[in-house]
Amino acid sequence: MVERRPFLTFLSHAVLVLGVLVVAFPLYLTFIASTQTAQAIVQTPMPLLPGGHFIENYTAAWNGTGGGSGSKAPVGQMMVVSLVTALVIAIGKIAISLLSAFAIVYFRFPFRMAFFWAIFITLMLPVEVRIGPTYKVVSDLGMLNSYAGLTIPLIASATATFLFRQFFLTVPEELLEAARMDGAGPMRFFWDVLVPLSKTSIAALFVIQFIYGWNQYLWPLLVTTSEDMYPVVIGIKRMISGGDSEMEWNIVMATAVLAMLPPALVVMLMQKWFVKGLVDTEK
Amino acid sequence: MEKRVFFRSSWLPWVLMAPQVAVIALFFFWPAAQALLQSVQQSDAFGTSVEWVGLENFRNLWNDQTYLASFYTTAIFSSLVAVLGIGISLLLAVFADRIVKGALAYKTLLIWPYAVAPAVAGVLWLFMFAPSVGVVAYWLGVMGMDWNHLLNSTHAMALVVMAAVWKQISYNFLFFLAGLQSIPKSLIEAAAIDGARPWRRFWTIVFPLLSPTTFFLLVINVVYAFFDTFAIIDAATQGGPGKDTAILVYKVYFDGFKAMDMGGSAAQSVVLMVIVVALTVVQFRYVEKKVNY
Repeated sequence: MVERRPFLTFLSHAVLVLGVLVVAFPLYLTFIASTQTAQAIVQTPMPLLPGGHFIENYTAAWNGTGGGSGSKAPVGQMMVVSLVTALVIAIGKIAISLLSAFAIVYFRFPFRMAFFWAIFITLMLPVEVRIGPTYKVVSDLGMLNSYAGLTIPLIASATATFLFRQFFLTVPEELLEAARMDGAGPMRFFWDVLVPLSKTSIAALFVIQFIYGWNQYLWPLLVTTSEDMYPVVIGIKRMISGGDSEMEWNIVMATAVLAMLPPALVVMLMQKWFVKGLVDTEK
Repeated sequence: MEKRVFFRSSWLPWVLMAPQVAVIALFFFWPAAQALLQSVQQSDAFGTSVEWVGLENFRNLWNDQTYLASFYTTAIFSSLVAVLGIGISLLLAVFADRIVKGALAYKTLLIWPYAVAPAVAGVLWLFMFAPSVGVVAYWLGVMGMDWNHLLNSTHAMALVVMAAVWKQISYNFLFFLAGLQSIPKSLIEAAAIDGARPWRRFWTIVFPLLSPTTFFLLVINVVYAFFDTFAIIDAATQGGPGKDTAILVYKVYFDGFKAMDMGGSAAQSVVLMVIVVALTVVQFRYVEKKVNY
């Protein structure tokens, strides 16, 4: 702050409070709706204070025992699918990118730069522009409705490979010379020097990629057709496929809260790495 | 930049590269090549015969009114999302940058929506605006506005734009805040001593210095609106009413998987690929410029 301007400070707080209220309102309303009975929500306007049905709604959603016309898969099962998918995608992306960045920076081999550019070009081929043929590959390999089908096609990562390559290039060459002097082979150097040095980058990428994996929609929509392989994000969409008023909004909203919690917790608890990850992955 | 010291091994680098290369070959390059091939072929509905048709799929697209309409929808949607998203988050970031007390609390509360899945965001906004049960729809009704996004395409567009902007504000906000904090305080102080008031300081110093960030966010937001909002639209409006919120990505999905028109869908994929390539080139040329800044 350059000078004292009480009015401007007041205005700043006013604008920010307003912004926070608008941003938070949908989340607040979701939580409120998840504590009401279905009847209370259908009355217009619905109550804006928490109701007393928190436990029964969440239990019904978790076990899939709610009424309503849409899908009734148990959320507990879907949360497990989402968690496994998000973890495999995040860890898989980090692992294969670390390995290929290591190869590109620390070895000389034919077509090295060709591979590098091939990885780079995948940035320009998001799932959305090749959905039909990619679906066909996955179905020919018999990976529909499996964790392999949900995760493996998504674990290539140009951004992570870049990030690690940039980082490895800044690692002083003396470290490699010292390691070699002490008789360390390539994999020993990788595990004992490079991976520990990359810890903060790995943490930052993990936050971003976990959220990416958890929030996937189009791809799971294509490759999962059986209810026991739905990630929770797809499950919610299936729940609202009934009409406007016959569905049990309280159960849908309880599911929405459950679906938002894990990525939100990751962002909250790892806020520092989250911001670093966002900034790094866009360089 | 290259390492002067490196390891020697004839097989290890290949093993290290293998997982990444296998994934990109199998799930990126092969399907992309297939899309290119299918876009110049025509197969009948049962997939029994395939015929080479050259550019006919593209010509059909060009003559297809619904495809052109989808282009128009996408253009409106992405410019609204980019302009509103950037405008609102710039406003919030500029005020957040002024604040000393409680800045972290505001920041924490504003970055929440980033973690919300686009599909869930669509459901949340649908719930608020659902004509029969939605609270906001009710309030609008009390104020004399008859909200119904199931029938009114302007309302439907407004709904998906709001949900998409809401989801993207946190991202833009963080980048603007970082940009603002990197502007040297001495510049602002010098202007203040010269008698420039906050409004003037913003337009003559802060805003021009933020222009790289703004341009970068513009590209990112357009990419976001083109590709990452599929889930919002599918959850909130399913492209309706009619086809009035069916953006290009939605149409590729719908034509390929619901209408089973593989050739047409592949041709649309190729058009999208060209758009992504163009956007990526713009983004990277800009990033290069930023490095030399």
